[in-house]
Amino acid sequence: MIRIALLVAGKDLRIERRSRVLLWQVLPFGVTGLLLSGLALGPTQAGHSSAAPGLFYLVMLLVALLMINRSQVIEGSTGTKTSIATLGLDPAGVFLGKALALAVELWLTGAVLLAGSVLFLHTALSGTLSALPSVAVTLGALGAAGSLYGALSGGGQGPATLLPMLSLPAFAPLLIAGERSFSAALRHGSIWRWWVISLVALVAYLALGILLYGVLEES
Amino acid sequence: MSNASPVVELRDAVVMIGGFPLLSGVTVEMAPRSLTVVTGANGAGKTSLLRLLGGLITLSRGYGVVSGVDLKTGDLRELRRRVGWLGHEGSFYDDLSAEENLTFAAKALQRPIGEIAVVLERVGLSRRSSTPAKKLSAGQRRRLGLAWLLLRRPETWLLDEPYASLDDEGRTFFDDLIGDVVAGGATVVVSAHDPLRSDSLAPRTLTLAGGLVVGDDG
Amino acid sequence: MIKQLAQRLLGPLTLVLLVLTFWLGLWVTPPDKIQGNLARLLYVHPAVAWVALYVSFGTAAVASALYLWKRTRSQVMDRIAHCAMEVSIVFIIVTLITGSIWGRPTWGVWWAWDARLTSTAILGLFELAYLALRRANDDPDLRARRSAVFAIIAAVNVPIIHFSVDWWNTLHQGATAFTENGNLLVHGIMLWTLFISLFAFTLLFFWLLRARYRLEVLRDEKYHASLDEALAQRRREGVH
Repeated sequence: MIRIALLVAGKDLRIERRSRVLLWQVLPFGVTGLLLSGLALGPTQAGHSSAAPGLFYLVMLLVALLMINRSQVIEGSTGTKTSIATLGLDPAGVFLGKALALAVELWLTGAVLLAGSVLFLHTALSGTLSALPSVAVTLGALGAAGSLYGALSGGGQGPATLLPMLSLPAFAPLLIAGERSFSAALRHGSIWRWWVISLVALVAYLALGILLYGVLEES
Repeated sequence: MSNASPVVELRDAVVMIGGFPLLSGVTVEMAPRSLTVVTGANGAGKTSLLRLLGGLITLSRGYGVVSGVDLKTGDLRELRRRVGWLGHEGSFYDDLSAEENLTFAAKALQRPIGEIAVVLERVGLSRRSSTPAKKLSAGQRRRLGLAWLLLRRPETWLLDEPYASLDDEGRTFFDDLIGDVVAGGATVVVSAHDPLRSDSLAPRTLTLAGGLVVGDDG
Repeated sequence: MIKQLAQRLLGPLTLVLLVLTFWLGLWVTPPDKIQGNLARLLYVHPAVAWVALYVSFGTAAVASALYLWKRTRSQVMDRIAHCAMEVSIVFIIVTLITGSIWGRPTWGVWWAWDARLTSTAILGLFELAYLALRRANDDPDLRARRSAVFAIIAAVNVPIIHFSVDWWNTLHQGATAFTENGNLLVHGIMLWTLFISLFAFTLLFFWLLRARYRLEVLRDEKYHASLDEALAQRRREGVH
């Protein structure tokens, strides 16, 4: 399972590196989202860091939707799916691999957007840095959940429009936990209470994916 | 047909997807180490029959056993591991090179990486090994698909319209390779628009129409 | 025999208990000392919420799990899960509406970012997503598998959502029927009306579920008849 997971994650990341979609499309979209968030707050609120954690996670959710779609699209045509299906890969390994690749991409994007939040939304650097453990786990949970919802929405009618409908309700607790812990970090408070929610979600999604991904791939 | 027990046994096999019967009652047997060509007009059910044989779609009604795996109750993932698929559309990751695609398959199947160079040589793609799959021509992509199958060495080869948009040289290359594969002990099922015009191969030809076998020259 | 009798009595019994609940709730029980007539929502809102959050969603989740388990994988389980989820949405909507009616005079707004209200709304979104997922997949097997997986994911999410939203913000009135020590606060006819309402709305759920299930069976029969027709037509293509 771990061998297949690393193989699939390596393949997904190599394809991302080669295609540059993350670099030229997803990252600029995230930065644009952050800038527009500042504009949406109005001139008096734009530089206020209190709204920054929520805005950061809201933009991350939108970015994650793009990435999840992308993660499914690279599996490509029916022919590619068929060829891969005949390799008979362990579905739990495939799930873990795709989740890991998605998490790595989310971590990279998250790092850029956190820098953007310091720059544009004036969050304190020390507070932002102390939020990192919570951001890492929350985005990891987002990656695991995203792989599962991507597989659920793929192949049917309108997968790109179905994905937000399926995943956003489930992202709500992650948004809450992420925002609260980031806010707590900015106030030099404890992030751990909220970090636990992200951690529980991460473990739950990993367990669900390992158990159920095979059912989604049955035919 | 040889006396060995059939590798494919379908009786009144029906496949329905989204309420449409792709196959409407196919009854056929195929012997091991045989070459079968499935022909018919567009929408006759050729690709669906190949997909059913590969465990890639489920049997809705009827009876079917392929390589000892019951298509209704058996482990289809196990069956999929034993078949190789070559589609007329792309069969790999477009952004990865020919060699990277094969490396992925070799690592997934725990085959020696050294075999990659051998199969690339065999299909005549040695000089295009680092070219991304999306930059290969239709014929080269088909050859890459064959390299993938040579690396996998499946028991059953399912080739969906492999001759489409191939020139004469490409067709001859395919004929030779299929002949070698059957001689090597594999079962090969090929779908094609028209019966095979091959000098070297003498396949059994099934004709499909309306999801049924309407002609069998074997 | 007993099963048939129970099925036949389910509808009339539900109606009688609902009428009894409304009669007791609106005319017989006294107004509350503090909340006055507003407290009469107690005979509808908690019972509807109980059905929405536990009975109906629970039924859908358990049926989905049974569908995924190979030994019990049957169309019946998929149908129960689907129908329970649809009926659950009705109860979720009524829960939110009655909660909102109670909230307006109490909190001064129709919608408050209260933990239970928010988590109920999120659960409702899950259920809408479940129905959207079903509509997006034509193939019955694929649809059943994906829906069942989604229902299980939603069920696992329920406690995560509950705790996150609860910690986030809670304004909701705590359990009204008991004190913190577990002693009963509601007595006499008010308590009886509360229990009857719980029973009545639970029965209403099963009655609606049964009606919806029968409709689905009819729909499936029609679908299977259309499959036979499609199969015959396809075979004719091959013969001619």
